[in-house]
Amino acid sequence: MTLPKDKVRILIVDDEAVVRESLGNWFREEGYLVDVAGSGKETLQKLAESSYDLFLIDIKMPGMDGLQLQRRIREIAPDATIIIMTAYASVETAVEAMKQGAYDYIVKPFDPDQLEHVIRNAVERKQLVAENIRLRERLQEMELFHEIIGQSPAIRRVLEQIRLVAMSDTTVLIRGESGTGKELVARAIHANSPRRYMPIVIVNCGALAEGVIESELFGHEKGAFTGAHYRRKGKFELADGGTLFLDEIGDISLKTQVDLLRVLEEKKIFRVGGNTPISVDFRLIAATNKDLEALVAEGKFREDLYYRINVFSITIPPLRERREDIPLLAEHFLKKFARSMNKPVHGISTAAMALLQQYDWPGNVRELQNAIERAVLVCRGREIQPEDLPLYVNEARESAVGKTLAEVERQHIARILQETGWNISQAARLLGIDRVTLYNKIRKYQLKPDSPR
Amino acid sequence: MGRALIELVPIGNVDAEVLDFLALVLPETLPVSCHIRNHPVELEAAYHPLRQQYHSTELLAQLIRGHRNPAAKVLGVTDVDLFIPILTFVFGEAQLGGTAAVLSIYRLDQRFYGLPEDRRLFFERCEKEALHELGHTFGLVHCSDFECVMHFSNSIEHVDLKSNAFCASCGRIVREAIARLASAPKAS
Ligand SMILES: [Zn+2]
Ligand SMILES: [Zn+2]
Repeated sequence: MTLPKDKVRILIVDDEAVVRESLGNWFREEGYLVDVAGSGKETLQKLAESSYDLFLIDIKMPGMDGLQLQRRIREIAPDATIIIMTAYASVETAVEAMKQGAYDYIVKPFDPDQLEHVIRNAVERKQLVAENIRLRERLQEMELFHEIIGQSPAIRRVLEQIRLVAMSDTTVLIRGESGTGKELVARAIHANSPRRYMPIVIVNCGALAEGVIESELFGHEKGAFTGAHYRRKGKFELADGGTLFLDEIGDISLKTQVDLLRVLEEKKIFRVGGNTPISVDFRLIAATNKDLEALVAEGKFREDLYYRINVFSITIPPLRERREDIPLLAEHFLKKFARSMNKPVHGISTAAMALLQQYDWPGNVRELQNAIERAVLVCRGREIQPEDLPLYVNEARESAVGKTLAEVERQHIARILQETGWNISQAARLLGIDRVTLYNKIRKYQLKPDSPR
Repeated sequence: MGRALIELVPIGNVDAEVLDFLALVLPETLPVSCHIRNHPVELEAAYHPLRQQYHSTELLAQLIRGHRNPAAKVLGVTDVDLFIPILTFVFGEAQLGGTAAVLSIYRLDQRFYGLPEDRRLFFERCEKEALHELGHTFGLVHCSDFECVMHFSNSIEHVDLKSNAFCASCGRIVREAIARLASAPKAS
């Protein structure tokens, strides 16, 4: 990941020979390519012939000072990484230099640890920026938006919320059943945020064993525990400058919740087995398919963490609540899989489409995608037929055939009530009716919490 | 062909146990003989009153001036805090591929960091940093291998992280350099 040191060209600009020499030697010994200049004028001469990745510039020099030189370098190399060197007395000027676009500043005499840290950071950041620009050139801008497919009011609202929140640095909580595309939404927010050139780091908290989550998130120092042969950066550190997406956040233990809360408050971490604080700066996006409020009430999720992450929430509706999007999604997946499997399947028959729209899709978009993949695989003609669809999708039809509308309605309402645990408000919302209408239907069909579906 | 020699020169009031320990353990890692030699070093000449530290390059220069044996490397060991002009402090300084190196044990002691004394840890750190500075005199530059004693350490945590051994490639270079040193003509 890191740019090899012997590919990093550093130019040290200082009027004091002793600084040029010792600093130059120090970096050379570290393996960097180093060049030195004694003045602003000499720097500009060198810039006419060569290019550098990193400039270390003394702020106080006779003739052209560091600030002026910085402006000149910016004109020639707008994306140059410039680090200002200063004595204690002129720290304020260094801060001014940073306002004008210097990457960082270091104070003479340099603390070796800090010096190394600043340079490594600058190099890593430069590397990441370069990589992300390359990646982005390959990606169509806003492509991620296009992957969130749908015309339904519910999905349009989601897209609107993404647009609204992306540009800010607000913490976002994405809610929705599994398979609704929470990761896609997180990626879309990141891709449209000012942090888009930096990485998005994805952690599925539900998939991590309790024993490893700490070192996954915080990283560890060599020898921190048996098997820790190398020092390793954790996800918090890897997400520095970018976005951290914690999926299934409802699954983390109370201990990890405490750790996470501390990181969010202090913006600092310690690696496992380490005692040097490391600053981290990331935007947090969390997602859950759990009822976090219920977890809070049960004492399984910390209330303070809940409020910390639930700043702006986006709820992705389940597929059965936006059935009008099913044809669009199905066609999208059909094209995708027909292309990748190189099969001449061009459409979905009316009967098959009707089945797709009737089915409830408990696994949501992911389940639909899987069903279409399978259908393209087994399809022998140019159109997907009902028999190409999974059996359970067909069964949903058969169970409805021969039933009166009232029977289907009764069944459907009973099922929704069961799914929502007889939460009348939630069930009414899912059914698209008001609570009084739902109450009347419950009376009409004589539904009870244990009625057969 | 004789054995290459490392001379340990105490500078200031260095704990004799540290020197004895180094003389004992350095030959375990380096195929050398190791002796403690007294050589007068003018500490005050290196003192910087404003920084209240000692300029390591000046101490290095004195060690080189007093050096006679071309088949030997010299490692000055001091209990004072060292600096070079651009850095707030250094654990040591060495002539890359040269004859002399200097090591400060000042910041290797837990007590410097306000922690209770830990002799075992302190001695281990002294060994690592002695090997590191001597490695430079054998021409080694910093190594990217975290375990290698030639890995750059600018804080005590980094010293503790690395091992007291050379990685395979650094070890090879050191052994070749020592073999050349051992075959160097002896001073008369
Ligand atoms: Zn070194
Ligand atoms: Zn090595």
